[in-house]
Amino acid sequence: MLYREAGQFKTSYEADQAVFPILQDRIGVMVILAVAVAIPFFASNFVLASIMIPFLIFALATIGLNVLTGYAGQLSLGTGAFMGVGAYSCYKLTTFFPDVNIIVLVLLSGLFSAGIGMVFGLPSLRIKGLYLAVTTLAAQFFLEWCFIRIPWLYNYNHSGAIEVPERTGFGGVVLTGPAATPFVRYFVVLAIVVAMTIIVKNILRGRIGRSWMMIRDMDIAAELIGVRPLVAKLSAFAVSSYICGVAGAMMVFFWLGAAEASAFAISLSFQILFMAILGGLGSLIGCFFGSAFIWALPVVLRLVLPSVGIQIGAETVEHLTQMIIGALIILFLIVEPHGLARLWQIAKEKLRVWPFPYA
Amino acid sequence: MDLLYRILVDPFVQMAGMPDFFLQVIWEGFVAGVLYSLIALGFVLIFKASGVFNFAQGIMVVFAALTLVGLHALGLPAYVALILTIAVMGVLAVAVERVIFRHLVNQPDIILLMATIGLTYFLIGLGEFVFGGNPKVMITAQLGLPTGSTAIDVLGGLVILQHIDIAAAVIAIIMVATLGVFFNKTRIGRALRAVADDHQAALSVGISLEQIWVIVWFAAGIVALATGIMWGARSDVSFALEIVAFKALPVLILGGFTSIPGAIVGGLIIGIGEKIGEIYWGPLVGGGIESWLAYVIALIFLLFRPQGLFGERIIERV
Repeated sequence: MLYREAGQFKTSYEADQAVFPILQDRIGVMVILAVAVAIPFFASNFVLASIMIPFLIFALATIGLNVLTGYAGQLSLGTGAFMGVGAYSCYKLTTFFPDVNIIVLVLLSGLFSAGIGMVFGLPSLRIKGLYLAVTTLAAQFFLEWCFIRIPWLYNYNHSGAIEVPERTGFGGVVLTGPAATPFVRYFVVLAIVVAMTIIVKNILRGRIGRSWMMIRDMDIAAELIGVRPLVAKLSAFAVSSYICGVAGAMMVFFWLGAAEASAFAISLSFQILFMAILGGLGSLIGCFFGSAFIWALPVVLRLVLPSVGIQIGAETVEHLTQMIIGALIILFLIVEPHGLARLWQIAKEKLRVWPFPYA
Repeated sequence: MDLLYRILVDPFVQMAGMPDFFLQVIWEGFVAGVLYSLIALGFVLIFKASGVFNFAQGIMVVFAALTLVGLHALGLPAYVALILTIAVMGVLAVAVERVIFRHLVNQPDIILLMATIGLTYFLIGLGEFVFGGNPKVMITAQLGLPTGSTAIDVLGGLVILQHIDIAAAVIAIIMVATLGVFFNKTRIGRALRAVADDHQAALSVGISLEQIWVIVWFAAGIVALATGIMWGARSDVSFALEIVAFKALPVLILGGFTSIPGAIVGGLIIGIGEKIGEIYWGPLVGGGIESWLAYVIALIFLLFRPQGLFGERIIERV
């Protein structure tokens, strides 16, 4: 009864094609957004800086990977490296243009990532599946090598790391650097993630997104009815890498504050891939679920286990997390290949007929 | 001109100028290649028999080596530990079949690949949980494997050969020969290939998928154990091998996903090519190119011969 769309008639094309055609969905999204905006007024700096900000950034990176793997069907193991490209190009941009608003630079740095992503996406025009995984691995290791071996990228620092300078914007608010408060950084990250999610949602609904899904489902049939694989695949790589690049830039500028090349190692790629699988390939809401789940699991383990009387060390938590995530990946692939997003959908369908299960 | 000279001529001048060093480089590459080959061999075994691309092969190597060392550290004699480790790999094979792949029959390749990535993470976590993350020393001498090294006097210089490397090469050859006979001449071997071609067709002529998968994962476990011993004898037993395991992918592209000789030849080409590239061309770009050279070789190769040197033509092209 709570979630029933009966009686909601649509009398215009705009209403029919709305992103959220059901009233309850619109209310739900508004509530979630309101909560997201309200959180920093109640939560501690620790919660903001080490849970909420990374969660949002990882969610965005997962959206990037999901565009490529979930919607366009191209497996990628190089997400970490594309995030690195975003981070390093943002660092270089802010060195060249110290006066430009950092948010503009973060959004621009995604373009470099998109370009490099397209270059490494070129082989996907001829090869598929496991073979493509090799080209993305090549991207991963080659780019990681570049981050170490090209000193120009990190301004010849002795530490070899990129350190985020202090940048202000919007009339003197400190946005990045050690002086930026988690409060401000959270809102910047939230704004970018929400805006990008809306844009991606609309791309996916439109012609380009549909052509990606056609390529994913059956490339030969898609080609026969007029989808150009070249355009579809390269645009998927470009959009995906752009989003990953922005996420990478945000990761360094609004969360870590400094990063070495090893921050963008293959383990990051796998972490993002797991978020995408657990959340649900081919689902935007799933990206948020997956990211929240994998990022929160170690924290929850660390907080919950001692409270029920089991004392464990930080290392053990890490190992346990790894085992649980590995086991969950397998479990989800077997039981629910569409991930947490599918569970969410089932819950909504149950609510639709609640309290009459037979309706 | 100077740059062209340094790329095209100078490395060869160096090679000809110090032939003994060149031989040493080739030998080092050969040894690394044998290691890649052995890892790739485990991949090929499972891929051939079930179409599953086993990402977890690398971690199985670590896991086997850790189990062996760990059991020995408990006070068991080396050979008892070895037998127990083989038993553990058998249990792992049964568990993998029962828990994972029985439920994933006929799923797309990508899903199977992701399942093995999940398995990888589970095994990493389990391994560190049980044995701890510290590097450990392999029990080479206790297992009766040769240690020490010989210096051979050739071409006006000394080439140093580690005995364990020679043993590794010999064991690899024996293992490949055995597997080749097993796949081509025995009843089970043929059943394995039938399963690889088509799960359902194999089922319908009375081949037991469960049995075949357990056998093949067990065989891959044994290969992993042998690899782990060889590799552990050269450096310590730790989770650092994960990165080395990724090299098996380009090796497979080069050799073909279904070919056992391909895995060996591909491994050697990648191993030797990588070392030569690193030593002679690496300094031009600042070194460290070993981390990606193998992938670039594989990529270039992929464009011209996607099925690999000895592979079957099964690749889907767009």
